[in-house]
Amino acid sequence: MTGELTTTTPVARGVEAPAAAPGRPGGARSRGARRLPPSLVVGAALVGFVALVGLVSLFWTPYALDDTGTGERLAGPSAAHWGGTDRLGRDLLSQLMTGAGNALIVAAASMLVAGVLGVAVGVLAGATRRWVDVTLLSGVDLLIAFPTLLLAMLIVTVRGASLSSAIWAIGISGSAVIARVTRVNVARVLREDYVTAAHASGTGWWGTVLRHVVPNVWPTLLVQLMLLGGGAVLAEASLSYLGLGAPPPNASWGRLLQEAQSTMLVQPWGAILPGVAIVVAVLGLNLLGDGIRERTDPNLRGDR
Amino acid sequence: MRAALLRIGALLISLVLASVVVFVVLRLLPGDAAGATLGVGTTTDQLDQLRSELGTDQPVVTQYVQWLGQVVRGDLGTSFVSRLPVADLITQKLPITVPLSLSAFVLAVLVSVPLGVIAAVHRRGPVGVAVSAVSQLGVAVPVFWVGVLLVLVLALQARWLPAGGFPRTGWDDPAAAVRSLVLPVVTVAIAMSAVMVRYVRSATLDVLDQDYLRTARSLGYGRWHALARHGLRNAAVPVVSILGIELATSLLGAVVIENVFALPGLGTLLLDSVTSRDLPVVQALVLGLTAVVLIMNALVDLGQRAIDPRLRTAEVAA
Repeated sequence: MTGELTTTTPVARGVEAPAAAPGRPGGARSRGARRLPPSLVVGAALVGFVALVGLVSLFWTPYALDDTGTGERLAGPSAAHWGGTDRLGRDLLSQLMTGAGNALIVAAASMLVAGVLGVAVGVLAGATRRWVDVTLLSGVDLLIAFPTLLLAMLIVTVRGASLSSAIWAIGISGSAVIARVTRVNVARVLREDYVTAAHASGTGWWGTVLRHVVPNVWPTLLVQLMLLGGGAVLAEASLSYLGLGAPPPNASWGRLLQEAQSTMLVQPWGAILPGVAIVVAVLGLNLLGDGIRERTDPNLRGDR
Repeated sequence: MRAALLRIGALLISLVLASVVVFVVLRLLPGDAAGATLGVGTTTDQLDQLRSELGTDQPVVTQYVQWLGQVVRGDLGTSFVSRLPVADLITQKLPITVPLSLSAFVLAVLVSVPLGVIAAVHRRGPVGVAVSAVSQLGVAVPVFWVGVLLVLVLALQARWLPAGGFPRTGWDDPAAAVRSLVLPVVTVAIAMSAVMVRYVRSATLDVLDQDYLRTARSLGYGRWHALARHGLRNAAVPVVSILGIELATSLLGAVVIENVFALPGLGTLLLDSVTSRDLPVVQALVLGLTAVVLIMNALVDLGQRAIDPRLRTAEVAA
């Protein structure tokens, strides 16, 4: 069963082939230059795996989520239940699969919130008047210092525990970092000679932003968004572990873990597998972020 | 000196801003505090009476100023649920949360600083690669899962330590109190170390690449001697900023971990208050924890200046 979730072995094997290629003399040069960083490959594979499982769970799970089946409770992994069953006899694997969908929805939605909000604030701060910049940045700095968990608790106190509360909290919190990164890069690019040249040749403000700023900034943003996605999966798991995430029947890995904790001496898999799932998803998104950075940032090629 | 005063001024401004944000967000609650306290089926008279008692019939700005005045005087209000002063509730919980987060912080520093330096010096060796890989994995591990696994193995199966709870007698029985804090401390420290090792390693790597270190080596200093003499102070500048953030993280880690180990500390109090919508307690705790984070950030900035004279001269030039 553990083999189901830890895909690292086959993936790692796949990585060795391209890694060996540049050592070959002659002919391999163009392929060597195009070589993908291992973290990108492993990260994409892990994220792809979680995404696939989440997608499949929308249409099919081995058992229905509320199916107490034959009534065998807290059973270990077996041929019928690969992940065992919980204290009500429900299939654990089915719940884990649904949890993958839940984690990805939270990650994607909070990346969207953070991306839209952060880029808007960042561009506004980086490309407009100085007092707007200073005002926005002091707000952003306060938000960066404000812990996600506390923001989530404030929002849950007001709106109640739900999937959307978690998404708003994580997204708003993450938007601060995105805004900072956007602002720094937008301001840097706007000072470049080619932007001045574009202005001189009659390109308008929006044209400059779309043609010159966006292409220069998006790789950095993509990296930040991936890392944010990893953080979002972790944060959502923590919130639902604490009972502040999406309430049942939403299957969340954090809540599965919390529910299994009291019975883990009888059925430890219930407390182990959701954790493994969280680690696979977060590690995947983090590696994907690192990989994109290595691929797009020439300064980072090396052994960092 | 002028810069230090400016930093303290900035701190005060952000503290006030944070208090406004917390206050305003909690006033967005559908219905109001009086309705939330009395529940369904109360008469308008009762509601009006409680509103004037709580002061919620006043304009928001007046409420905010009154509340801020009380907070400054140390009066955090009264819990809606237990009817006890919030300040007392918080002080009762400090003997659990403060030792927990401080020991976790110290343990994490003791583990991650040497590991990070070793991993940087032997970056291509087996130790360096192993430390990098383990910390990459560690960053992806949720802190509460570390706690759950430690409980499973060390408390439930090996029965070495209690799985949770805190002795009713508190610190009167120091041995029992310490035993019940060991696993929570180790849990928070493990989660923090994974992050800190990476920062220490990359700060040390930056220093190792510098010319002054190569010069020191060429003058005949050994690798470790050169690093100790010229490297550590330089590497310390970014690490100090991380230490400040991590001290705040350890406090928040404690908030989550107390719920794993059923420790009656600030984290448990906060979670209970959020679930029961006990506004004065949520307000005081969220603001208090945020204030700690903001103050740590300010201290870190001042500390960096003390370590690195270049930061001081840069200001004069600017």
